[in-house]
Amino acid sequence: MAAPLSVEVEFGGGAELLFDGVKKHQVTLPGQEEPWDIRSLLVWIKKNLLKERPELFIQGDSVRPGILVLVNDADWELLGELDYQLQDQDSVLFISTLHGG
Amino acid sequence: MCEMSEEYRESAPKGPPQPRLGTQDQKCVKCKEGLPVVVIRAGDAFCRDCFKALYIHKFRAMLGKNRLIFPGEKVLLAWSGGASSSSMVWQVLEGLSRDSAKRLRFVPGVVYVDEGAACSQSPENRAKTLAEVKLVLQTTGFPWHIVALEEVFSLPPSVLRFAAQEPVGTEGAYKAAVDSFLQQQHALGADGVERKSQHCSQDPHSHTGPPTTAQTQALSRLFDSVKTLTAKEELLQTLRTHLILHVARNHGYSKVMTGDSCTRLAIKLMTSLALGRGAFLAWDTGFSDERHGDVVVVRPMREHTLKEVAFYNHLFAVPSICTPALDTKAPEKASIHRLMEAFILRLQAQFPSTISTVYRTSEKLIKAPRDGCAAGPRCLLCMCTLDVDTADSTTAFGAQTSHLPQMQPPVAQAGAAAGPCCCAGMGGAPGCCREDPRAQVMEQLCYGCRVNMKDLPSLEPLPPYILSEAQLRSQRATVEQEVREYLLGDSEDETGTGES
Repeated sequence: MAAPLSVEVEFGGGAELLFDGVKKHQVTLPGQEEPWDIRSLLVWIKKNLLKERPELFIQGDSVRPGILVLVNDADWELLGELDYQLQDQDSVLFISTLHGG
Repeated sequence: MCEMSEEYRESAPKGPPQPRLGTQDQKCVKCKEGLPVVVIRAGDAFCRDCFKALYIHKFRAMLGKNRLIFPGEKVLLAWSGGASSSSMVWQVLEGLSRDSAKRLRFVPGVVYVDEGAACSQSPENRAKTLAEVKLVLQTTGFPWHIVALEEVFSLPPSVLRFAAQEPVGTEGAYKAAVDSFLQQQHALGADGVERKSQHCSQDPHSHTGPPTTAQTQALSRLFDSVKTLTAKEELLQTLRTHLILHVARNHGYSKVMTGDSCTRLAIKLMTSLALGRGAFLAWDTGFSDERHGDVVVVRPMREHTLKEVAFYNHLFAVPSICTPALDTKAPEKASIHRLMEAFILRLQAQFPSTISTVYRTSEKLIKAPRDGCAAGPRCLLCMCTLDVDTADSTTAFGAQTSHLPQMQPPVAQAGAAAGPCCCAGMGGAPGCCREDPRAQVMEQLCYGCRVNMKDLPSLEPLPPYILSEAQLRSQRATVEQEVREYLLGDSEDETGTGES
């Protein structure tokens, strides 16, 4: 049984437009049996934070191509992408590269 | 060293952060020592400092190897507020402040086009965005120009004309220019350089007052009358280009730098193919675009992918402003641009060499003119040399072009035989024209622009400079045709008398 996690979720590059314009969200993920990873975080975000147009943020069980994910300012490709297990006080940043030029 | 240090953590630090890597033994591929923070291309992990060095090097190398920007030249940076153009402005800022050996040597200015009216933004939002824009522009210290898109309604028709320029110097000329510039600097000493840079920053910043409501309404009417999002985006791009060109010409800038990244150019290449602009790919996606003649558009960011840009901007705190665009929150199939963007990015996710392959292809495109084609007529809107062979009716373009004269009403034909077109100015009655105004404009467009104009049911909301230039060219063509007919008549008479 994983303990509840306190995680900071941040959106940038235009992705915040899907979240009412709010860039930073301090969230507390409830305790559950499996440890939290990025995959389950995305499901949680879709259910609780995403205000509109889920298809512009999430595709399948991952983010839409063109959206970068940084965990503690490091590329998620270095950390195992969706399988990275979240720790308490982590900072996850989603940057949309598709908006603007 | 390249550790992830505390200053990047927003929350209160609880002691030094643990580097939590999935693959603990991964090191930066370049310096082999630092902890990697970003993966570029297929699996190359770089640490923070090496990534910064690579990023800056790419920018400088792109400018250096093309040798188009001469020392002391005035260059206008087209800044949209987005990530790529902000990164470009920042690179220029950093490049100019380096020690003299490696300093960038041109004189920059920044232009921002306020497109709020085309994107149906409220005046309050536009004012708020402009305030943020001004703040960022002031921190750069460059002379800046803010123009509203509504100003297209007061552009002169000369914007659409190709202004011939002496050919760019050879390799030797570039080296000679650099050497003489360096000699000048040595002669002036350090003080001379300081004085010079101060003078530049005293250039008048220009921000013409907020546009009138009539202009804003006219612009909204224009964009509302366009039926498809694809045509809207193309029209917006065309108008924006004309406006930036006008600003550049007005203030003496001979180069314009745009922040098109590798990803965007790959998408643009494929989109251009779909839009029927295949003939102009080399100009649309190449490093330099000299279609306007005196002002050359340059794309220094074309080797940076959007991922690199976004990472750099985040890691090194480059300010950018996110403004809603035409296609914000539009569904995937709303326009050809969106569809192609989704296609390329999805393909890239599975095949990481997609974008670089498209980019390498675009590098190979050359701009050689067709054999036997000297400077031909240019498209009214995009100003590319028309790749037109009207005699070739087998192509779709040829078929379109040959179809147009048949659209004349029979009454007008009788009137045309009487003499040159009687409408001297812009306000001439359309009925008496040899062709109706729509045909007049359409026959001066390239295939791609024609397809876009099809989605504009009426050309009347277009800015006046487009319509008046179209009329001028059409009249000129009519007069040339008639003079030619006279000449042919003379030579026929001569041969006739010779024979008899």
